[in-house]
Amino acid sequence: MQGPLFDSFAGRGLSRRGFLKYCATLASLLALPPSAGRAMAEALAAARRPSVIWLPFQECTGCTESITRSHTPTIEGMIFDMVSLDYQETLMAAAGHQAEQALAKAVEDNKGKFLLIVDGSVATGLEGAYSCIAGKTNLALLKELAPHAAAIVAMGSCASYGGIPKANPNPTGAVAVSDIVKDKPIVNIPGCPPIPVVMTAVLAHFLTFGRLPELDRLGRPKAFYGETIHDRCYRRPFYDQGKFAKTFDDEGARNGWCLFELGCKGPVTYNACAHVKWNDHTSWPVESGHGCLGCSEPDFWDAGSFYKALSMPANPLKTVVPAAAVGVAAGVAVTWYNRSHKAAARKAHETAGVADLEK
Amino acid sequence: MKPEPVWVEPATPSVNVAALMVEITERLRHLLATGEDSAIDLGSLPLTPGDRDELAERLGAGEVSIRLVAEGESAFVETVFPGVWRVTHRNPAGKISLETIEIAYVPALVGAHREDVAAGLEQLEQDFSIRM
Amino acid sequence: MTELQLLTWARGTGLNIALSIFVLGVIWRLVEIYGLGRKQDLAPARHRDGASGWNTILRRSLAPPGLFKRSPITYIGGYVFHLGLAIVVFLFAPHIKLIQGLVGLSWPGLPSQLIDLVTVVTLAALLVVLWDRIVKPVKRYLSNFEDWITWLVTFLPVLTGYLAVKHLFLPYTTLLALHILSAELLLVVLPFTKLFHAFTSFGSRWYNGAINGHRGVPT
Repeated sequence: MQGPLFDSFAGRGLSRRGFLKYCATLASLLALPPSAGRAMAEALAAARRPSVIWLPFQECTGCTESITRSHTPTIEGMIFDMVSLDYQETLMAAAGHQAEQALAKAVEDNKGKFLLIVDGSVATGLEGAYSCIAGKTNLALLKELAPHAAAIVAMGSCASYGGIPKANPNPTGAVAVSDIVKDKPIVNIPGCPPIPVVMTAVLAHFLTFGRLPELDRLGRPKAFYGETIHDRCYRRPFYDQGKFAKTFDDEGARNGWCLFELGCKGPVTYNACAHVKWNDHTSWPVESGHGCLGCSEPDFWDAGSFYKALSMPANPLKTVVPAAAVGVAAGVAVTWYNRSHKAAARKAHETAGVADLEK
Repeated sequence: MKPEPVWVEPATPSVNVAALMVEITERLRHLLATGEDSAIDLGSLPLTPGDRDELAERLGAGEVSIRLVAEGESAFVETVFPGVWRVTHRNPAGKISLETIEIAYVPALVGAHREDVAAGLEQLEQDFSIRM
Repeated sequence: MTELQLLTWARGTGLNIALSIFVLGVIWRLVEIYGLGRKQDLAPARHRDGASGWNTILRRSLAPPGLFKRSPITYIGGYVFHLGLAIVVFLFAPHIKLIQGLVGLSWPGLPSQLIDLVTVVTLAALLVVLWDRIVKPVKRYLSNFEDWITWLVTFLPVLTGYLAVKHLFLPYTTLLALHILSAELLLVVLPFTKLFHAFTSFGSRWYNGAINGHRGVPT
């Protein structure tokens, strides 16, 4: 295999075996069969380094923190070898006017070809004034840059759906990137934060194949969001048998039983945590004994308590007791009417004699 | 006051290992019939910690153990079934990046590549001509 | 609206509305029935063995002589699906969790595979009694809109619940939302149709037995 990207790798001391090993790992991450690693190696070796611009909007920087924990491929590796990360506020050395100049230049030089990564939701309240960079609202910045991008990656649940800023009562008017940009290919990588290797694998896919991976109805890559946590959970046999942990430290919990009763949202959550796991395949929430929060689904913050099972009411039931009172009142009112009607009928009863019958 | 550590039992093995062994058998048959290599990605399977122990026990260790150092260490360990290899790839930070079971006469990454061999030959010839 | 948003509505607002209507309807009707009262029977009570409210509940729970031979399907099918419903609703862990969330009570459940089996039997029994109602000319003649609709709102929660647990046909989130919505439909319909017999059967049987027992007649 050969090409410009492989040559730049080779210059860094990467051997063919090392490159193939890396591509095999990438193929596995993208849920491709191990045999696809070879094809990926050929394609990736021949790729060019695209420009990547990362815009942080109304976010907590958790997604940046998460992607820097990616080791396959490493974010450092990605920055230096595969992409030209021209603007990323947390990681870049420049600041202030220098940084803004770098952004303007990157957009100018790569018009129509750069990959735009956005994390954080877009504030629309007060015309977007709730979230600004260098005096420009995020809303204006997104509308200005999106038309020049080749594709947009919405990193994290905030950029994909609105996330925590959008949660009730949404004071800043937060919306998803896809609510603002309608005419560009957008891939949503939800999660709060997303799994690091998921973020970098999608970028690597773009680099290797020049396009975004296959997406589902909500714009998420099917390779990672095609199945629910429940479908791949190793505790599934316990769910099927009805063995549920009742508290976080009872016998069931110690034996690794299903966490459905402790609020696990695995059955309704599409993500890769159950098989890709976190911290380089170390573990993931359910394996550590805590139920899934459902963080890669829209509006998961408003979907009821994290500790209430899916079969339990999501919100306190406010009108049931008043309804009972109304029922009692109505029943009493109707009873009163019925009884008085009966009493009136009894009172109005006239005894009939033979003479009346002959009338 | 330090809280008491809670002892957690390792999860009991499930039926996944039996299914995996069947697949390995099939692929080994395929190797003998067609000479075609194949691999099973263990990371994508729902294996409980108990499953992994049982798998390790069933596969055991054979005669060959290969250590590859390229972008981190990788280990290719032949199991008690010749042609069935336990492959563990680690990244430069030492974390496991990929675990597979490869069914091949020799695992894919072990052999030298033609371009590398050619490059090595070129280097040798250069050294030789300089010495001369 | 995504499937998860529909599910959240069903678990939240939808459940609130359905339970409120259910509670309102049930309490209203019960107050109305018991509030009406009965005229006091001034005759002295006659005591006969087997003539009392409790005895009548027992006797009317069993088949009267000849019923078994004439309509075994109605009798057996009816018992099977009623028992099945009780087992599935009250002994399946997620349902117990729901009740715990509503009133704070909980009790141990049955293994899920057993519940699966009971669910299949219940579905079969419901289909059999429906078939019987369609096929037997007298039953068909007597059946009106209310009979068909009450069968449907009873059948749907069991069906959708089974499909959800088994992950069949539709994604789980959608199936769970449909299951909860169909249960809410049942709740809303119950107090205003013949399904209210859930609350009046035993009271009615007891009362019949008590009145007639007062006169010395076992019914």
